[in-house]
Amino acid sequence: MTALSGFPSTSGISPVVASPGYWQTVFRRVMADRVAMFAGLVILFLLVLVVFGPLIAPLDPYQASMMKRLRPIGTEGHLLGTDELGRDMLSRLIVGARLSLFMGITPVICAFVLGSLIGIVAGYAGGLVNTLTMRTIDVFYAFPSVLLAIALSGALGAGITNSLISLTIVFIPPIARVAESVTTQIRSRDFVEAARASGASAFTIVRVHVLGNVLGPIFVYATSLIAVSMILASGLSFLGLGVKPPEPEWGLMLNTLRTAIYAQPWIAALPGVMIFMTSIAFNLLADGLRSAMEIKQ
Amino acid sequence: MVSFILQRILVTLPIMLGVALVCFGLVHLAPGDPLVSILPPDASAELQAQLMALYGFDRSYFEQFVSWVWRAIQGDLGTSIATNRPVADEVFKAVGNTLRLALVATIIGFLFGCLFGFVAGYFQNSWIDKLASFVSVLGVSVPHYWLGMVMVIIFSSILMWLPASGAGPGSSADWAWDFEHIKFLILPALTMSVIPMGIVSRTVRALVAETLAQEFIVGLKAKGMRDFGIFMHVVKNAAPTALAVMGLQLGYLLGGSILIETVFSWPGTGFLLNSAIFQRDLPLLQGTILVLAVFFVVLNLVVDVIQTLLDPRIARG
Repeated sequence: MTALSGFPSTSGISPVVASPGYWQTVFRRVMADRVAMFAGLVILFLLVLVVFGPLIAPLDPYQASMMKRLRPIGTEGHLLGTDELGRDMLSRLIVGARLSLFMGITPVICAFVLGSLIGIVAGYAGGLVNTLTMRTIDVFYAFPSVLLAIALSGALGAGITNSLISLTIVFIPPIARVAESVTTQIRSRDFVEAARASGASAFTIVRVHVLGNVLGPIFVYATSLIAVSMILASGLSFLGLGVKPPEPEWGLMLNTLRTAIYAQPWIAALPGVMIFMTSIAFNLLADGLRSAMEIKQ
Repeated sequence: MVSFILQRILVTLPIMLGVALVCFGLVHLAPGDPLVSILPPDASAELQAQLMALYGFDRSYFEQFVSWVWRAIQGDLGTSIATNRPVADEVFKAVGNTLRLALVATIIGFLFGCLFGFVAGYFQNSWIDKLASFVSVLGVSVPHYWLGMVMVIIFSSILMWLPASGAGPGSSADWAWDFEHIKFLILPALTMSVIPMGIVSRTVRALVAETLAQEFIVGLKAKGMRDFGIFMHVVKNAAPTALAVMGLQLGYLLGGSILIETVFSWPGTGFLLNSAIFQRDLPLLQGTILVLAVFFVVLNLVVDVIQTLLDPRIARG
């Protein structure tokens, strides 16, 4: 099925049978790619906010004040103004990085582990196991990603755990598909055949000969999903299906600030700038990684 | 050719069944009593049992699934718990609104995506190519619900040119293709068009670059064919795939419109899903998702078939 359900394309990804020095070459290529390096710096900056956010934030992000609601950008003491409950926007944006990135990245990590497992087993086993697994995956591909995420969260109910679960389920199919495709390609290589002929068990072959060659491409594909995941995770909070108030999370902040769209339009738009920035940075980094790995040696 | 098409249809049937199973499963995934939204908290056990029987929740899962699928095939998606009206009526009314929005958005996105893609593919690695690539990265990275808010801020709040929400003046739900109504369509359609624009322009750029690098183009140039003639050859080679991407994007937008519809209060399927979720109206949730997913699968099938008709190499490969 050629379904394009809102994920980066899963086709044309091949395993990397790394010759010595391959990863150094990839690393050097990425370092030389100015756009990817810039994206990397933005992500580093966001990670600093994630780790040290509460220390950097000038004010308490939860401290509401009825007297100081919706102050404009540049107000004395509130560099980026205040939100609809009088909380400092700058502090909320900084502290919000932690929860927002957690909500965006965790599902991709979980789906990377589970999807790789499913895909590698299906790809290595082949035959009926492969057919059954991949046809089941096709069913999930029949849902546009946004629809599936919202349907699952809607059924499970709002909350952090539930939206992490539903996003993980949304991302398993594309990752499993990539994992299956690269494993199937590796399986027919001579060195796997040789290992099997010399009596290595299936587990040993997968651990020694398959994993090392397939995890790289799957990992790079997973990085390109982080951008989608950030948008979806914030989108769920935006709908009221993710993080609950008063936690600072960018999607939820957009939601609650919608009421202020006529009073302080630019403040209402600020959390979206953070989501946009994160998603561009991950997309550009993934693009850079992908082109750095397509090295013909 | 015919056997290829039949084969594609046969592959689709089990997927449809799987889709129905997932939609059905959603209701039973939901914690709590499915009737919690209409039953008063002090309802007697007798009344609860009566209602459970009325909606069929008392039978075994297998029985419920078979009868649900059987009725769905006949166009009966059950009764909404919140409004007590047939789910099918509500869904099809909403699908019409969403389809209108998604169609306009897909066309806008396709036109601009093709424009950017062609220019970028023709002038590879020039500054204009880099700009087009950057715009397409922006297109796939932007949180579209936020873009919708920014559109409202600029065009409704500051400039006051266009209405911020709804699908027409007054409370009438009927649509007409006059300026009074189209005004309401412009902002949500433009916002939505960003999604297909980025993907179409990436695809078209790759297709154009690939075609231009082929030997027959060099041959045609050597024979003295003018630029316009070459351009037509490129279009002919890129069209099947570009159109396929457009078709799939339409399906994707139909199902993925919920966030944009929420921002603009557009009375489509997304709006319906939103109310189904927050009123815990499970038959409505189940029915809406089923219709959207089936639409997506059927559209996939149609796109595959049309693509095969346009480009017979696919059936042979």
